[in-house]
Amino acid sequence: MTTKKTEKKSGKKNVKKRVLLQGNEAAALGALDAGVNFFAGYPITPSTEIAEIMATELPKRGGKFVQMEDEIASICTVIGGSLAGAKAMTATSGPGFSLMQEGIGFAKITETPCLIVNVQRGGPSTGLPTKPSQGDIMATRWGSHGDAPAIVLYPHTVKETYELAIRAVNLAEKYRTCVVLLLDEVIGHMSEAVTLPDVSKYRVVNRIKPNVPPEWYKHYDENQKYLSPVASYGEGYRFHVTGLVHDAYGFPTNNSNEAAIMMHRLKKKITFNIRDLVQIESFHMEEAEIAIFAAGIVARSAKQAVIKARKEGIKVGLIRPMTIWPFPDDAVRKMLKNVETVIVPELNQGQMIHEIERLAKDKDDGKIIKMQMVNGELITPTQILHKIKEVN
Amino acid sequence: MSKKESFRTEIRLSGSGGQGLMLAGHILADASVIDGYRVTLSKSYGPESRGGASRTDVIISDEEIYYPEATRFDCLLALMQEACDKYVYDVKTKGILIVDTTHVKNVSVMNTKVYELPFTNIAKEKLGSVLPTNILTLSFLVKITKAVSLESLEQAIRETVKPAFVDLNIKAMNLGYELADNYEK
Repeated sequence: MTTKKTEKKSGKKNVKKRVLLQGNEAAALGALDAGVNFFAGYPITPSTEIAEIMATELPKRGGKFVQMEDEIASICTVIGGSLAGAKAMTATSGPGFSLMQEGIGFAKITETPCLIVNVQRGGPSTGLPTKPSQGDIMATRWGSHGDAPAIVLYPHTVKETYELAIRAVNLAEKYRTCVVLLLDEVIGHMSEAVTLPDVSKYRVVNRIKPNVPPEWYKHYDENQKYLSPVASYGEGYRFHVTGLVHDAYGFPTNNSNEAAIMMHRLKKKITFNIRDLVQIESFHMEEAEIAIFAAGIVARSAKQAVIKARKEGIKVGLIRPMTIWPFPDDAVRKMLKNVETVIVPELNQGQMIHEIERLAKDKDDGKIIKMQMVNGELITPTQILHKIKEVN
Repeated sequence: MSKKESFRTEIRLSGSGGQGLMLAGHILADASVIDGYRVTLSKSYGPESRGGASRTDVIISDEEIYYPEATRFDCLLALMQEACDKYVYDVKTKGILIVDTTHVKNVSVMNTKVYELPFTNIAKEKLGSVLPTNILTLSFLVKITKAVSLESLEQAIRETVKPAFVDLNIKAMNLGYELADNYEK
């Protein structure tokens, strides 16, 4: 059985006027349009606007907003809300994201759908609250202990933030896991003129409900490798929820067979569906000899640099991951095969570049050049253009 | 600033936190949306709510805007000396610099048209408050640069500021236009 898809089609083409929308607003609106009806969080720069909008909008739509005492309580409350049947989310930044790591692991092992928007800011600890950084790329993958896969989406425009917020909620519901929508501070805080298509143009995924009698119900059906029907508390179905490795009914187990089944499912539901999860954008890659691999705000600098370089006759293109985890291995392998040089600009001291290097095994693969910045400023198109000319 | 077939206008509003530059930038961006252009509005400020360097960049174009920060300004508004010193050399040749001489005492530029007025003091004297200095300077800027239409600017002000402050800000807007008209003479 697969996930139920609620697809509505609008009869008329809805002409909507363009509006000035902030990235954080877009994330909140996307989540609301995907059906999020529960938010528990603790406001933190640069994600505060998301909590503000949810506090205003959720009560109007019959949802619930809870301001918690901290981020540990926030993620736990989100998980609780989700177990009770809500589409639940929170929004935070680096310091809060660190506090949430234990809860993220709990959401993953208990297979509880939820969305975390992490608007990245600079530095470790409280760092640079109002400055951009891409320092959390590896934290979203490996932040929580215990070897579980991650789904992380990374938009680069305000409009895409709206779209990926919807997609993030859908993926959380479909794959029963914690999904992270990763934003750059600049994307969260910037405003752009956007035309949002009618929400009915987007598919909204809802959990499928079990159709067996309550006494037959297994919360973690071992016959369903992934995407199994899921009951919520209060619907008459009995299940146990624990952070311990558990059996099909959710009760703790030390049995190695049952442990293997559970761990295998956590991994398989991601790796088996890699083509559903991974999305990349290929920008001017035709006949490219140089490729730039960049995500989020840096990809915008790269696009401008690519357009300028192409005008000067340099064969350069951009590969941009919209899903950063699971990592787009196939696209990167193909890129490494086809180009002579890969430039990896990022606002950290080297994170994505490790993944590129991991995939560059063939000695004929392109040379990998790093470009890193951690001073709270953006990498400019001019800097990338200089680098392109340097390696050309 | 003439709008050619394909244009990209970069405007930086700079000063100090609390001077209302974020709101002014928002209104300018809103007005460009009403005019039907593509626009990005990006901000940079410190963690404090008042004081500290603050700037907001508005890029108006008829093409897709990738990099959202202004790098070479068609127009720079500087309300503080530090902001003026820091950004003045990135104004385009034949670009426009507007400074508030209440706070900016020293301007060293070549090939840039400079408009100097004590905006903060003018606001205090003629509007009875320093608060609408942002709208005063913004409307001055718009009248000089023609970055957006005056109708759109007024609509954006009316839609953005709190109802209780609309009258004051519209007064500031008209005063800004007046200052610009008289300056050009």
